[in-house]
Amino acid sequence: MTITQDGARSSVDHSSEKRGMNLTLRVWRQNGPTAKGKMVTYKVTDISPDMSFLEMLDVLNEQLIMEGDDPVAFDHDCREGICGMCGVMINGQAHGPQQTTTCQLHMRSFKDGDTIDIEPWRASPFPVIKDLAVDRRAFDRIIQAGGYISVPTGTAPEAHSILVPKKDSDAAFDAATCIGCGACVAACPNASSMLFTAAKVTHLGLMPQGQPERNDRVVNMVAQQDREGFGGCTNIGECSAACPKGISMETISRLNHDLLGALRAGARPKS
Amino acid sequence: MPLELFTVGDPIADTKAPSDVAIGERWSERRFRGRLVNPANRRKMTVIVVGTGLAGGSAAATLGEAGYKVKSFWYQDSPRRAHSVAAQGGINAAKNYRNDGDSVYRLFYETIKGGDFRSRENNVHRLAEVSVNIIDQCVAQGVPFAREYGGLLDNRSFGGTQVSRTFYARGQTGQQLLYGAYQALERQIAAGSVEQHARTEMLDLIVVDGRARGIVARDLVTGEISTHYADAVVLATGGYGNVFYLSTNAMGSNATAIWRAHKRGAYFANPCYTQIHPTCIPVKGDYQSKLTLMSESLRNDGRVWVPKERGDTRDPREIPEGERDYYLERIYPSFGNLVPRDIASRAAKNVCDEGRGVGPGGLGVYLDFADAIGRLGRPAVQAKYGNLFDMYAQITGEDPYATPMRIYPAVHYTMGGLWVDYDLQSTIPGMFVIGEANFSDHGANRLGASALMQGLADGYFVLPATITEYLADAPFDTVDDSHPAAGEALQNVQNSVQRMLDINGTRTPASFHRELGKLMWDMCGMERSEESLRKALDRIPEIRQEFWTNLKVTGDGQSFNQTLELAGRVADFIELAELMCVDALHRRESCGGHFRAESQTPDGEALRDDENFAYVAAWEWTPENEPPVLHKEDLEYEYVHLAQRSYK
Amino acid sequence: MFRVVTVTDQVQRRTPKQAKTSSVFKKIVMAVSGILMLLFLIAHMIGNLHVFQGAQSFNHYSEWLRTVGEPALPPRTLLTVIEIGLVVSVVAHMWAAISLWRQAKRARPQSYVTKKSVAQSYASRTMRWGGVIIALFIVYHILDLTFGVANPDGTDSTPYDRLVASFQNPAATIVYVVALILLGMHLRHGIWSATQTLGQSNRRRERTVNAFAIAFATLLIAGYLVVPAAVVFGLVD
Repeated sequence: MTITQDGARSSVDHSSEKRGMNLTLRVWRQNGPTAKGKMVTYKVTDISPDMSFLEMLDVLNEQLIMEGDDPVAFDHDCREGICGMCGVMINGQAHGPQQTTTCQLHMRSFKDGDTIDIEPWRASPFPVIKDLAVDRRAFDRIIQAGGYISVPTGTAPEAHSILVPKKDSDAAFDAATCIGCGACVAACPNASSMLFTAAKVTHLGLMPQGQPERNDRVVNMVAQQDREGFGGCTNIGECSAACPKGISMETISRLNHDLLGALRAGARPKS
Repeated sequence: MPLELFTVGDPIADTKAPSDVAIGERWSERRFRGRLVNPANRRKMTVIVVGTGLAGGSAAATLGEAGYKVKSFWYQDSPRRAHSVAAQGGINAAKNYRNDGDSVYRLFYETIKGGDFRSRENNVHRLAEVSVNIIDQCVAQGVPFAREYGGLLDNRSFGGTQVSRTFYARGQTGQQLLYGAYQALERQIAAGSVEQHARTEMLDLIVVDGRARGIVARDLVTGEISTHYADAVVLATGGYGNVFYLSTNAMGSNATAIWRAHKRGAYFANPCYTQIHPTCIPVKGDYQSKLTLMSESLRNDGRVWVPKERGDTRDPREIPEGERDYYLERIYPSFGNLVPRDIASRAAKNVCDEGRGVGPGGLGVYLDFADAIGRLGRPAVQAKYGNLFDMYAQITGEDPYATPMRIYPAVHYTMGGLWVDYDLQSTIPGMFVIGEANFSDHGANRLGASALMQGLADGYFVLPATITEYLADAPFDTVDDSHPAAGEALQNVQNSVQRMLDINGTRTPASFHRELGKLMWDMCGMERSEESLRKALDRIPEIRQEFWTNLKVTGDGQSFNQTLELAGRVADFIELAELMCVDALHRRESCGGHFRAESQTPDGEALRDDENFAYVAAWEWTPENEPPVLHKEDLEYEYVHLAQRSYK
Repeated sequence: MFRVVTVTDQVQRRTPKQAKTSSVFKKIVMAVSGILMLLFLIAHMIGNLHVFQGAQSFNHYSEWLRTVGEPALPPRTLLTVIEIGLVVSVVAHMWAAISLWRQAKRARPQSYVTKKSVAQSYASRTMRWGGVIIALFIVYHILDLTFGVANPDGTDSTPYDRLVASFQNPAATIVYVVALILLGMHLRHGIWSATQTLGQSNRRRERTVNAFAIAFATLLIAGYLVVPAAVVFGLVD
């Protein structure tokens, strides 16, 4: 598919480009949260290996619109791997075969003639909105339960009044890079949100500023993730392997450690 | 001057800054003189905040903490997705932790100069003052800034400055700052002080008796169009760089909220001021949907070059030193690779126009780390820039440790936006505009690491302090859907949604967007001329005409319909593009990010025209087929003397 | 509180199940009970090795277990304590496992059409069904060697005779070998998982913990397997 001078997509003309790939897509189509869904097969042709996966879906959608069909709904925004809005299961893997976000997956990871299965994240706390788009607000509610440091604007002390060892700051940063995309939940055989919660508990728990609320934070965030209906963690490691930011399993151990300490110290979740 | 394109109205002035005291006193004086709102009364007042980026998120959280009832709107699923998340490089603050001669005044001075003398002294000085509080606030929130081994905050020099005042969190500073604001916002949502409206897009402003009193919004999941009322409305909806289709903005970033507010009476200032960022990954193909920026911190260690010979297609590693042109170091010896963004971008365009560009289509220059890797070793380079190198490798499939990166400028930020006074209030009383959505503090060019500073300054510190002056008169009379103005706005939105669905033509919204973007990039991009702009102004009405007669949107308005969302945004981009071209055409000077071909020095550098153009161009919308009205706000420089910028 | 009006909240938010017990608490129960059973397995394995000292020694060891502490303590004191500890551990372990299993099912009612595992070890994948098989095996094992009801030599035989008789039956031996290998894998993931659950793992230790889990599980199971092997190869009869 190419674009003509006036920007309109025309039918195939690829004399100037090297031949692209022809692919079969099997895409989950579901009209709404309560509708029944099914896999629907589509063909796309002349896909350049330099396209991102989402650009390939753009091509499909332009085709569908021109044919008068309903385009495939999928979430995406920054397309540079940082907003966490995109994310689909590609051939059974969250964000596909590379450890990155769906928008940063490029078609050079596939070859001509491939069949690609595309499904939404599946977890009951992530209800499908339409097709591949799901609602991940459960993550926000986990943050609401304690994923913050209470510091009203204007009350902060001078930044250099608290020193933070570089080691702690760097480790906190590593955990804080979580983009909340939900791949951990999607990849987890238990649909557990443990890695997401653990990343925030680790980030804030490693900073001196996060200490006063550390116990309450961990018990409340863990209670909230259970309330949302996520599965329990059984330390399998699929989450970390799927995480586009490479959040490590260490964070989960740290959450557990903090939780045990908090429970011993008498912290109990708010009901 | 082609009068048929616009008419000139009364001048406009900012009357809110207390100019009777010295510049260093004005912000505290303003806060002192402004009326306050009794904490008990704040509960009775509602403020709508649209957008949850650095500005909107921090404003909603701060206003919620202060005790106002806040309604927060965003179009993504979570407030954490706002595109501030993508800012890489850092945030400036005049902390002078490095003892290298930095001060509030120096940051003020450099920002005025960097903005090419097209920003307000008062606003910029306030920004520099508040910058130090931002760092304190963010550190207290647990933002994991880069630190030194002693545990102190690390700083780096960034984008055209000679002091190290930039605070950063590896290459993800915007992400970390945004999460700080996001977490503060979620804390307020949990506390019940902020009401959340996810996946909801503002489609009109409700103005009652001359005051902004609410918005019309569409729930993107159900398609429900509803009204929301408040005592004040704050727009924090970001910039409009997506007018160019290809930009570093998120796919969903749009101008709809500010454009529709503009059509309700808010003046739009300096729409043609767009920033072109020099270090982006070049375009690869026609299918491309977005451009990816790589932090310009890369220029701290990378050297920019092109082959001396035109059409040299050798592998860059095989081109000997003597046949390379390190053009930034050659032309600007004192700043070298660290010249401001506008200079670096235009220099890249120039060498490519000369036929010396590299990569597909000759639209690219090398950014070479071979020297840095030789000097510092690969691990050190990796520690500093690892994530950027990975990103480059992911997108291009090339290894930047082995071969030089290829970069090209891309639209990144829009300095223009809705006109606001010192209180950040637009020309519609009760409507405040913060962050990139306003015409801001950056003049004609924004320096690196200052957008994060401005977003957080506006949201955490400035707006919450200035809005009290307006709210001191609130709460205002209750408004509901029965008010004619509200009914009209609601009807207006419903009609335009339906109209797009009814056309059933043959072109997708994306195809219009692509065409418009290419036109704007070619005609109103890094370099523009009277001729190119007139061409664009001839073409845009045709695109608009075709859009409204040949658009194809599938599905309906009562469901999750992303094609419909895009169509609405493109419709606004088309109208905004026209105003941008009018503004660009009337500004017959080269200034900041935009090079006007007719206005250059003998050696081809940008030539500013302070005599005729030292003003803010604030545009008033007029009904269709009538030319917009230009209101000029004269810029006076009391403290920083007007001077031609030189980075040589 | 404000009423949240967006439909995403109203329609799609499930009625959250009030979790009575946190999933992490269940995991802690599982880890602690697992560790208790692991300690027993070590002792059991060492005890088994008495078989190489001959029938008399083995039967004597078996008898000692029943009489240790006498006459100060009543008969079977030690065994009863161990048995109670084990029953409590097994019940707690299974309760936690079943409860987490159900939670996982509820969390993903619609399964993927295509799902690929990347990091999951075979050991972790077989935890649940493996656990069920191990539980069934334990029942058989007790009926076979403790009570003798499922043993070719019957209930009146000595422990040593029962053991030899059982492992001279190829079918029983295969059951034992398969179950023990499953147990080994269960332990391999279990040890790692318990370390995580009790918050004792970190990035530096991760590799060591995993290596230890593999080595430990292998050694322990080898210690168990030498007994049937010795019977099968005639070293013990």
